[in-house]
Amino acid sequence: MKPLPFIPWKPLVVIAAITAGVAAGLGFYAFDYGEGLSYFSKDPRACANCHVMNDEYDSWQKGGHHQAAACADCHLPHDFVPKYLAKADNGFWHSKGFTFMDFHEPIMIKPRNAGILQDSCIRCHEDFVHELVSGSRSVGEDSLQCVHCHRNVGHGARN
Amino acid sequence: MRALPPQRGPWRPQLTDFHQSRSTTMNPSETQPAVRTWKLKWFVLTAVLAGAVTFGVAMLLMTMFHRKSEAQNRYVRLVEVDENTTDAKQWGKNWPRQYDAYLKTVDLTHTRYGGSEGAIPESRIERDPWLKRMFLGYAFALDFRDRRGHSYMLYDQEHSKRITEKPQPGACLHCHASVVPTWRRLGLEMQGKTLADAQGFDWDSVMKGFEKMSTIPYKDAHAEMLATPDGTPAGQAHSAQLGEAHPVSCVDCHDPDTMALRVTRPAFVRGIQALANSDDPTPHLPSVERWRKGDRGQPYDPNVDASRQEMRSFACAQCHVEYYCGPKSTMFFPWDKGVKMEKIEESYEARKFADGSAFADFVHAETGAPVFKAQHPEFEMWSQGVHARSGVSCADCHMPYKREGAAKVSEHWVRSPLLNISRSCQTCHPYPEEELLARVNAIQDRTHKLMGRAGSAVNDMLTAITATKAAGATPEQLKPVLDLQRKAQWRLDFVNAENSMGFHAPQEAARILGEAIDYSRQAQIKANELGGNRAAPERPGP
Repeated sequence: MKPLPFIPWKPLVVIAAITAGVAAGLGFYAFDYGEGLSYFSKDPRACANCHVMNDEYDSWQKGGHHQAAACADCHLPHDFVPKYLAKADNGFWHSKGFTFMDFHEPIMIKPRNAGILQDSCIRCHEDFVHELVSGSRSVGEDSLQCVHCHRNVGHGARN
Repeated sequence: MRALPPQRGPWRPQLTDFHQSRSTTMNPSETQPAVRTWKLKWFVLTAVLAGAVTFGVAMLLMTMFHRKSEAQNRYVRLVEVDENTTDAKQWGKNWPRQYDAYLKTVDLTHTRYGGSEGAIPESRIERDPWLKRMFLGYAFALDFRDRRGHSYMLYDQEHSKRITEKPQPGACLHCHASVVPTWRRLGLEMQGKTLADAQGFDWDSVMKGFEKMSTIPYKDAHAEMLATPDGTPAGQAHSAQLGEAHPVSCVDCHDPDTMALRVTRPAFVRGIQALANSDDPTPHLPSVERWRKGDRGQPYDPNVDASRQEMRSFACAQCHVEYYCGPKSTMFFPWDKGVKMEKIEESYEARKFADGSAFADFVHAETGAPVFKAQHPEFEMWSQGVHARSGVSCADCHMPYKREGAAKVSEHWVRSPLLNISRSCQTCHPYPEEELLARVNAIQDRTHKLMGRAGSAVNDMLTAITATKAAGATPEQLKPVLDLQRKAQWRLDFVNAENSMGFHAPQEAARILGEAIDYSRQAQIKANELGGNRAAPERPGP
């Protein structure tokens, strides 16, 4: 077997390192430009970053729950691990949807998120409604959902 | 350093394995190039992977940038448009999202009961012979077809036999063309001025021009439009912008400076003022109710008093209404007693033409009855329905909001909500599309069946009256019968001409059709009694 020609390892390492550095740098910049850190907060303004939720945000500001609960209080679990799992799950689908613009209009809540929402209603109002909601914690065909009747408690716009 | 020592890389374990497995079959002098090839592969892989990641992240960044700028710059004014720019092409340069959708109104669409996909829309009087008989003596018996998108409004009017074979007034253009600058020009010229002297929208001149054009022949009015600048080519002198007329355009509903929604049609402004002055309840128009409670010092002005949500219906109500646009009077909307079917009928019955004769749209050719012709009272029918009472405007369903990137735009492809159920209906009714369509179909099928029965009833009535007339009944004897005929026809036509097959107010449509059947049969019985025709079986004894 013929010996291989001389390979200039040193410049190759430098090129690979620069490429990886560019990727990392651009990635950090994109994270910052996309306000990535805001998604670790519970600031409701972060939920309207991309403007898709503008109507929901606006109407929530004028709504009854404005003083009591913000987006994350109702739409996310409150324990650390389930909360970040839900953030990751929704964050992925929202980013994908907003990048490729391939989501259903009007936006409709997924069963899993409807379950989180129902749990949140009960978390605060349990003492008052425990007679009504026994058995309605899971979201299914026949389960009773608070927001089925109280549609506009959180925010008005549904589109 | 020629190469990294194998022990230093993260790949060391594999490298060792590799080295060992190969060393059993190869001599040491051959392993060195193999290791180098392998290392080279790793470097290339790292670089390619990092490059691909960079590529992807850069694309994502650009998307983010694009979305952010979409949210910030709602539009860029590339060309100037003003009150005289009726060519939507110029507006399209500034507002491409709306313009692109507006252009789609050339697409031929249809639903079960509306629209048309033919090169020439299907004839409705051929499909329903009772329609043709009802209109005998009027231009609608010549030509009455399925409707098409906004783009066709002027073309279809220019080519209708109602226009080409019968003399018609210029009032027809009130709703079939972007005609306001022509009115403005005519109004200014009547005062010895030119279009360049216009003060903004110049309502006074527009009203004067409108009144003049309402009664001159259609052909002359059409020629006046072609003699008015349309804004194309942009920036050129008015004299270079002549020769084209356009169907409904941006300037008809939008202020060219602020893009705010507005109304521009004189007959609507007068009509809604008449409605505000009446005592007909208008719970679906809160600004009218509020104005009524005030001191009424200024007449109700939709462009000032109405809310944005009301304007999203008023813009459409400039044309999708009942009106008189014949040659014997300036065009008007008959709303001085209210917008319900009976209130409009009362208004017509109380009205006299300038020569003192009683108001009527035409005289029926068979029976000689003076009758009313309904146009397309969509706004009036909607006013009686649950959607109006819930604050849902025309645009909410016919021009629903849509998302384009980070921008929210009203759909300017105006069409049936049944072709866009997810955006039009599901925004409020979160049920599957098939379910929603089934509900609408149920309403429309019921209305259609009932309308067929009303059509038969009107047909039987006309047969009976014609026979009685031929048998020698005097006009005095016939008068009460012909009054019933007018009432019956007016009701049937009110639902027939309205473009929703009952959906805009299902119960109201059924009520009106029920009355149409009742009046038809009453007229038929009376006519038979007059004519000595005892075909009907005698009542059984008590």
